[in-house]
Amino acid sequence: MAKLLEVSGLKAYYGSTQALFDVNLALDQGGVITLLGANGAGKSTTLRAICGMVRTGGSIRLDGQPIGGKATEDIVRLGVGHVPEGRGTFARLTVDENLRVATHARRDKAAVERDRDMVLEYFPILKERLTQQAGTLSGGEQQMLAISRALMLGPRLMLLDEPSFGLAPLIVQEIFRIMRRINSEARVSMLLVEQNAALALDLADHAYVLETGRVVLSGEAAVVKSDAAIRKSYLGY
Amino acid sequence: MEQLTQQIASGLANGAIYASLALALVMIFVSTDHINFAQGEMAMFSAYLCWQVMQWGLNFWIALPLVALGSFLAGVAIQRMILQPLHNAPVLSVVVVFIGLLTIFHSLAGGIWSFTIKEFPSPFPKVAFAGSGYLGSHQVGMILVTLLLLFGLYAFFRFTPLGLAMRAAAQNPGSARLVGVRVDWMLALGWGLAAVVGAVAGTMVAPVVYLEPNMMASILLYGFAGALVGGISSPGGAVAGGFIVGVLENLIAYFGNLLEKTSGIYVIGNGEKLSVALVIVIIVLTLKPDGLFGQVSIKRV
Repeated sequence: MAKLLEVSGLKAYYGSTQALFDVNLALDQGGVITLLGANGAGKSTTLRAICGMVRTGGSIRLDGQPIGGKATEDIVRLGVGHVPEGRGTFARLTVDENLRVATHARRDKAAVERDRDMVLEYFPILKERLTQQAGTLSGGEQQMLAISRALMLGPRLMLLDEPSFGLAPLIVQEIFRIMRRINSEARVSMLLVEQNAALALDLADHAYVLETGRVVLSGEAAVVKSDAAIRKSYLGY
Repeated sequence: MEQLTQQIASGLANGAIYASLALALVMIFVSTDHINFAQGEMAMFSAYLCWQVMQWGLNFWIALPLVALGSFLAGVAIQRMILQPLHNAPVLSVVVVFIGLLTIFHSLAGGIWSFTIKEFPSPFPKVAFAGSGYLGSHQVGMILVTLLLLFGLYAFFRFTPLGLAMRAAAQNPGSARLVGVRVDWMLALGWGLAAVVGAVAGTMVAPVVYLEPNMMASILLYGFAGALVGGISSPGGAVAGGFIVGVLENLIAYFGNLLEKTSGIYVIGNGEKLSVALVIVIIVLTLKPDGLFGQVSIKRV
């Protein structure tokens, strides 16, 4: 069976600066993989490369189909929901509009309704905030909105860029609990970038460690988690 | 007193046109941060086209939708073919392109239709409205058509998925792409809609100022002033700003004349109202740089 996402020999460039060097990743249908590593290792760049937001080389396949070189909006429409670094909410649109804008190209009205019910069940706080400007939400609520907005695309694959960033530990736990449910109930596969390695390794089945744009280590999440040497040298805890 | 009311009413009529131009400018500004200096000349060209179609024997109300459609397509084409390739260019290059467009439309209109002033018949029936005498039938029609247009645009942006996608693209292009919005096409669509608004404004004001290639010059200035006063980042503010500027210029002239009549001292008259209106714009912007209704976006981190 073809992998949902298969990245091989991926290179990425910012101008003439190369940021990724032959990165290989594979994600099974329904799986969760995580990218770990220090700041500047190329984790966010990998997500951006998959979404066509930076110039890339190498091969990126979604369900066996090459998507490298396609425009971001076309990749998104193939079922890739990217929850970007810094959340990227439309601050001056209402919460409701933030959710609706993600469905503007969808024709499957019944499924849109189901997805909407689903995200409001996952994040009931958003239901109370529907008519509020998104910019007035707390950081945690904005992260919930960003995840919900990506879900409203009806994605097969979610790319999550540091969903724990800047949030209180209790909120982070809540968000990761919901992400687990999204994966198991809505069958959305995930590629998760995290600074918080312990949390990410709990959720993921497979982990990749990046260093200066290269994969230096990969393995079963459980194995990586229990290996004290790896933890010390790469993950810093 | 009656004269004052009349001045305010006719100020509102002019304000409707300024408001349209202001809205056209804001629609392009919010998504690209550019002020389209050619907006006035594009509106003038649309007015000429409408006149031409009417010369061929069509009724104004058939000519206007045709011209609006043509203007829409032209606006989209200009964005796609000229501005899209410049999307990474420095702002001055874009300004030069706008000035080029301005000159091109100006010369084209002069070349095709000559620079002599032409009369543009009012499309509204000549009836006295409610016996008030405050406003002529054309002025009333102008206000109604403009309000209808503004309301239509409001409904489009507020209630349709496409309008929502356009707002998202204007606000945060990066995030908009991540939810599948075709941002480049949204910009082109914005240009098309701005051209339509300009076309309506041009054909509405042509019976008042007559048809000639310079007809929109001062109107664009007032429209720009209205957009700045109301807040260049806020479509609703720009519309309000347009009306404010329209009323203000008439009030300035009115009180100037009143002063002259009562005291014999000439301070301000019709000749100075443009300058005084612009001085007030500067004062407003000094005190409130975002404009009266400019959105100061609330952000919590």
